Amino acid sequence: MTRLFSPRAWTAIFAVAAVLVVVLPALHLALPESHPMHVSSFWITLLGKFMCYAVVALAMDLIWGYTGILSLGQGLFFALGGYAFGMYLMRQIGRDGVYKSDLPDFMVFLDWKELPWYWAGTDSFLWAAVLVVAVPGLLALAFGFFAFRSRIKGVYFSIITQALTYAAMLAFFRNDMGFGGNNGFTDFKRILGLPITSPEMRTALYVLSGLYLLGALVFARWIVTSKMGRVLTAIRDQESRLMFLGYRTRSYKLVIWTIAAAMSGIAGALYVPQVGIINPSEMSPANSIEIAIWAAVGGRGTLVGPILGAFAVNGAKTWFTVAYPELWLYFLGLLFVLVTLLLPRGLAGLAGTVLRRLPGRTAAKPATAPVAHEANP
Amino acid sequence: MFRPLRLLAFALVLLTAPAWAAIDPAQVLQLGDEDTDVRIEAIRKLTASQEPRAADILYALQNESLGLIEDGKRAVIVASGRMADAVTGADMGPAPPNFDALIINNRLRGEIDAALAALQLASPDVATRLAAARSLQGSENDELLPIVQQALDKETDPDVKVVLELSAASLALKNANPELRARAAAALGKSNDPQVRQVLSTIVARGSDGTYAEADERVRTAAQLSLAEINRRLFTTEIGLSAFTGLSLGSILLLAALGLAITYGLMGIINMAHGEFLMIGAYTTYLTQGVFRHYFPGAFDWYVVAALPAAFLVTALIGMALERGVLRWLYGRPLETLLTTWGVSLLLIQACRSLFGAQNVEVENPAWLSGGIAISGGYVIPFNRIAIIIFALIVLAAVWLMINRTRIGLFVRGVTQNRAMASCTGVPTHRVDMLTFGLGSGVAGLGGVALSQIGNVGPDLGQAYIVDSFMVVVLGGVGQLAGTVIAAFGLGSIAKFLEPLSGAVLAKIMVLVFIILFIQKRPQGLFALKGRSAEA
Repeated sequence: MTRLFSPRAWTAIFAVAAVLVVVLPALHLALPESHPMHVSSFWITLLGKFMCYAVVALAMDLIWGYTGILSLGQGLFFALGGYAFGMYLMRQIGRDGVYKSDLPDFMVFLDWKELPWYWAGTDSFLWAAVLVVAVPGLLALAFGFFAFRSRIKGVYFSIITQALTYAAMLAFFRNDMGFGGNNGFTDFKRILGLPITSPEMRTALYVLSGLYLLGALVFARWIVTSKMGRVLTAIRDQESRLMFLGYRTRSYKLVIWTIAAAMSGIAGALYVPQVGIINPSEMSPANSIEIAIWAAVGGRGTLVGPILGAFAVNGAKTWFTVAYPELWLYFLGLLFVLVTLLLPRGLAGLAGTVLRRLPGRTAAKPATAPVAHEANP
Repeated sequence: MFRPLRLLAFALVLLTAPAWAAIDPAQVLQLGDEDTDVRIEAIRKLTASQEPRAADILYALQNESLGLIEDGKRAVIVASGRMADAVTGADMGPAPPNFDALIINNRLRGEIDAALAALQLASPDVATRLAAARSLQGSENDELLPIVQQALDKETDPDVKVVLELSAASLALKNANPELRARAAAALGKSNDPQVRQVLSTIVARGSDGTYAEADERVRTAAQLSLAEINRRLFTTEIGLSAFTGLSLGSILLLAALGLAITYGLMGIINMAHGEFLMIGAYTTYLTQGVFRHYFPGAFDWYVVAALPAAFLVTALIGMALERGVLRWLYGRPLETLLTTWGVSLLLIQACRSLFGAQNVEVENPAWLSGGIAISGGYVIPFNRIAIIIFALIVLAAVWLMINRTRIGLFVRGVTQNRAMASCTGVPTHRVDMLTFGLGSGVAGLGGVALSQIGNVGPDLGQAYIVDSFMVVVLGGVGQLAGTVIAAFGLGSIAKFLEPLSGAVLAKIMVLVFIILFIQKRPQGLFALKGRSAEA
């Protein structure tokens, strides 16, 4: 049985989680703004956003790092979860919109008289929560069922997922879709009747994101250390051999693919109320490819690595786009090239190597060495 | 010393006084009514007055700078921090900070556009009149008809007159008198305008509840006859035109995807930076244009021809450098290659922005590529599109000859079919990889020259084509040029035949969904090399 994290690693994970989920929100709420230890709302929102990204990177690690399926459309599931929850947030605006109407503003602008059928029930929080999981999950299930059945894999699969998110982006840009066209959803007012911009609500969403990330990490670890996780790793390394041995590899792939989509959808639902907007550009192919680089930078097949990668890359993005906006794309481009060329096991792999070389220290070996064989079609 | 000026201003106010006296302030106040129908009624009445002040008020409403103050008793226009009375235009001092402008929705916006167009029919400028007459054809407001007919009587320019007659007829279709509507429907049969056809087909169409949008039988018959007449006249032209634009799009897709298909077939990697090679080709054209403009202005018309070898060389060299410097370290790891080439594409885009700026650069068509052949129905077949179809076929023929008739082509085919065996028989596979990658990139560069002649040249040029060219490769399958050719022209034609039925964006979505479904049936594309590999 693989021990993915050593006891010392678990201690470190829970210590970081405690700081993120308990200490920072307490410093944000309890201390006055003038206090030097006060954590500003900027940081709470930023970190909350990063934690949602980190869950997507974790989902990416499950399908790419462990199963060897590179999805270039993961952003689609993230955005769909965001849109599903965004519908609820739009309904919560009530009559406080610019047009003082029961309908969302963009529908009044289009001179629509009533809600389209697929908006039915979106004023209920529970139904919205169901949609957040069901919409990305069912889409992934249907798409994955057909794709894996016809044994589409490798680069072909990546390209097709890219086409999927591109097609969805074009569709959501249309006003007739009933999702606000290129402006998407914004100007949210409240959740469950409580104002969305209050410090308490912001902190609650932040803590929820943190707990969700921690839960997702434990859940993902449970999957990869289970028997199913072993099969997934085997699929990544030698799928044909596994099929000859009698495993129905496509069912395994379908399950993990759907789980990853639903995980990303929930992350999107937590992301939208924190940033206050969702629009079709979240579905652009470039966004989805960026998710892959979070996982690659952190180190595939390590679970913790992609989370660190999401924080590192997005932290760098936040800093660059303020300090040197014109250099950001150079940095990101170089990151893609250098990480794949020089650091195939990412930051986690690098850290493992460094720790092992330190005298008198024995660090936990990564459970699996990624990048074994990928057949050249 | 300001006295004369003041006097003049006073005199002007006196002179213009009768003009605004005709506007009823109550109507202006109705513009802010709760009910959209009342507001539309007010717009129509204001337009019918034909006062110059009415245009100002409607402009203000359109720009959302019209508002009601004093508890809705007075309409004012706010512009650059000053407030003026809407009816008289008199200045009322600085605008209050909490000024709430009236908000309009899409239905009102359409109504205002039509009203402003009607008021512009009296403009002394021919182009303004023509544009105004055109935009009136889609209007719903038949009360504009007298204004249009007045303008028609005064109009001297023949072009504007033709458009105005059509506008008058399409406005008359909205009239309450069925006799007038039937006559208008019959008169519209003379038009070749696609918009007219749209109007006529809504008349004969049945609504979702089974009733006709047009109640009167005679009007429907007249419209049906006119429609048949127009359709008969334009049918062959339109089919031919759709086929041509499909062919044109197909040849562009072919130029964009051909190089990609070659490298993917040979090396099993998808080059995400392929679109950027198109972009580099287009920018090379731009630079060649600059050189010709500077040093050989006499031969300017032929700069495009000189740009072809230049673009091929530049992109082929960059491609070979990329293969030698980066990609060869990643053989056997196709997914990593995908990410690396994406990184390269980001670097190339940003480098292009740094060198040439983020704005589009201007690439001019040479004289022999501008203009086109005019055919009936106001359609034109542009020369540059014809040239690109021919050019794509020439490039295709050259690549085919190279693959099938040369020694290096033999090597390429050998490595594509069985890399290990080719290597065993002494084929220098790494050199073949490098040269093929150079060839694929060079073909993309040639595609870039072609694209620079029909569209914008900017740093994002490649991004627009990247998904489309992947789809061509996925649909066509690898290893055979025929698959790529059929996929490119097939996708181009399908997209262009769907476009009139569903709109450009929906057509694109349908094509993407079609490909995703097609791949289920034939995972290896249209043409797959037969083999016994379990990985295939």
